[in-house]
Amino acid sequence: MALDILIVFLKAVFIVLTVLTFGAILTWVERKQSAVMQDRIGANRAQILGLRMIGLFHILSDAIKMFTKEEFTPERADKFIHMLAPMLSLFFALVTFTAIPFGNVLRLGGKEINLQVAGLNASVLFVFAIVSLGVYGVVLGGWASENNYSFLGGLRASAQMISYEVTIGVAIIGALLIYNTLDLQEMVRYQGHMYLGWIPRWGIVLQPLGFLLFLVAGIAETKRVPFDLPEGESEIVGYWVEYSSMRWGMYMFTDFIEMVLLAAMTTTLFLGGWQIPWLAADGFHFPWGMAIGLPHVVVALLQVGAFFLKVVFLLWFQMLIRWTLPRVRYDQLMRIGWRYLLPLSLANVVVTAAVLLLIG
Amino acid sequence: MRIPQSEKELTFWERIYFPEVFRGLAITAKHFVVNMIRHTLRLLGFKNVPKGAVTYQYPEEIRPISTRLRTMHRLARRADGSPRCVACMMCETVCPASCIYIVAGEHPDPNIEKVPIRFDIDLGKCIFCGYCVEACPEDAIRMDTGIYNFAAYTREGMVLTLEELLAHEPAPYVSVPTQDKAPDPGPLAKSQPVSAPASA
Ligand code: SF4
Ligand code: SF4
Repeated sequence: MALDILIVFLKAVFIVLTVLTFGAILTWVERKQSAVMQDRIGANRAQILGLRMIGLFHILSDAIKMFTKEEFTPERADKFIHMLAPMLSLFFALVTFTAIPFGNVLRLGGKEINLQVAGLNASVLFVFAIVSLGVYGVVLGGWASENNYSFLGGLRASAQMISYEVTIGVAIIGALLIYNTLDLQEMVRYQGHMYLGWIPRWGIVLQPLGFLLFLVAGIAETKRVPFDLPEGESEIVGYWVEYSSMRWGMYMFTDFIEMVLLAAMTTTLFLGGWQIPWLAADGFHFPWGMAIGLPHVVVALLQVGAFFLKVVFLLWFQMLIRWTLPRVRYDQLMRIGWRYLLPLSLANVVVTAAVLLLIG
Repeated sequence: MRIPQSEKELTFWERIYFPEVFRGLAITAKHFVVNMIRHTLRLLGFKNVPKGAVTYQYPEEIRPISTRLRTMHRLARRADGSPRCVACMMCETVCPASCIYIVAGEHPDPNIEKVPIRFDIDLGKCIFCGYCVEACPEDAIRMDTGIYNFAAYTREGMVLTLEELLAHEPAPYVSVPTQDKAPDPGPLAKSQPVSAPASA
């Protein structure tokens, strides 16, 4: 019993540390990737003893800066909620990772460890329930600041997040119908099979439209360009206008964590999670008949690696989108959400259901 | 009233946005991949690979400046070293920022009427318009020192005196007599021609 608790604890620590590391590195990636995309070099001046490490120390200097800046609370603000709101945002973003399977069952010395912190059988619902709670952090932050602009920013943000949550929810229903389960781990297992012996049965193959809709709506959920109207870093007064130092940093960090979350969810739902094509429990079985036997631990580690590789790719892709597209206008945002994405996702559900019914 | 259409009509594929989004993503992704390959190859020691960035790392890498760039002023000297300026006050008069202050004195040579005994330029006020250079009948004041990184902690520190002005030398590039080849039009010139407005 104690061992089980220890294992769960270790898994939780592992995933939280991994996600926080991803978040921290993303602040560096954001600068560097945008620079490389725009033929620049990017931030590289932070140095320790003359060592620059291609700008990686900027993560450290950012952290020092944020923690030592003045923490300002407006005089008439609700002090407690003003402090609580960013924490809520960050907390809800982090908690969702408990439900995401980052690997298959690992057998170590007769113990079966499910590489998923909480093996809920309705983990999809859990994730979406918690993500929707994240909107509280935003709207409370805007409201508690006692500033009309941040209040409006908070309302704008919540309107956007709620609108796109509808699409997200409907967009995955097609996938859920096919997988016939609400357990993320089961979904990943389902995606391990092959069509015609060589096409991996990933969600993106079965639900290309669902994948696209999920990704677009998910990017809107993370409140980043092209849907960054709630924050609009330098141009729009958003819900966090009265925030400074690490409280602001928490909001910004939440964005990055949400990016990781979106990448992880997309991977799990549509890109086969930890599955590697043609890798079965005992090694590779290539469609052309070759087979490479691998011990269990190697297979498990490869799968965990594959999961994080896919996440990294999706993070890169999100950064690519963020540094390519211009911001949409608010009316365009609402039009895209309600008039295009939602009907499309509904159509996706209907067509998927009809096809499933016909196939039987 | 019909508003004249200055942009071309979007086609269907452009209006549904997604294909264009992917086209844009392909362009930026191409930049990313190409630059990453260049950075990596240069890091591995292939120095003849083009640079992956157009950045000049300023304090260490000085950006080549245009030969026409207006930089810090100087006063040209005669062969004997005395200022070429005849204190005619043309530059002081024309200066839109009123930042030149000249005190004229008698020149020992009777052929030359005057010489400045004081010549101050307040660079803190100067807007680098180059009018003083244009106005000078003696070609005495020039803005070709190539010095542009001057800064001071006080307003007084921004004032150039006669001695400083006379001490400056022209930047080396000035010695290039003529440009024998057309100047590089820069990367912007290669961009697509501006499409003519559609007749509406
Ligand atoms: S450059 Fe223009 S502003 Fe500066 S000293 Fe000459 S005339 Fe005056
Ligand atoms: S215009 Fe030329 S000659 Fe006349 S005062 Fe100015 S620098 Fe001297």
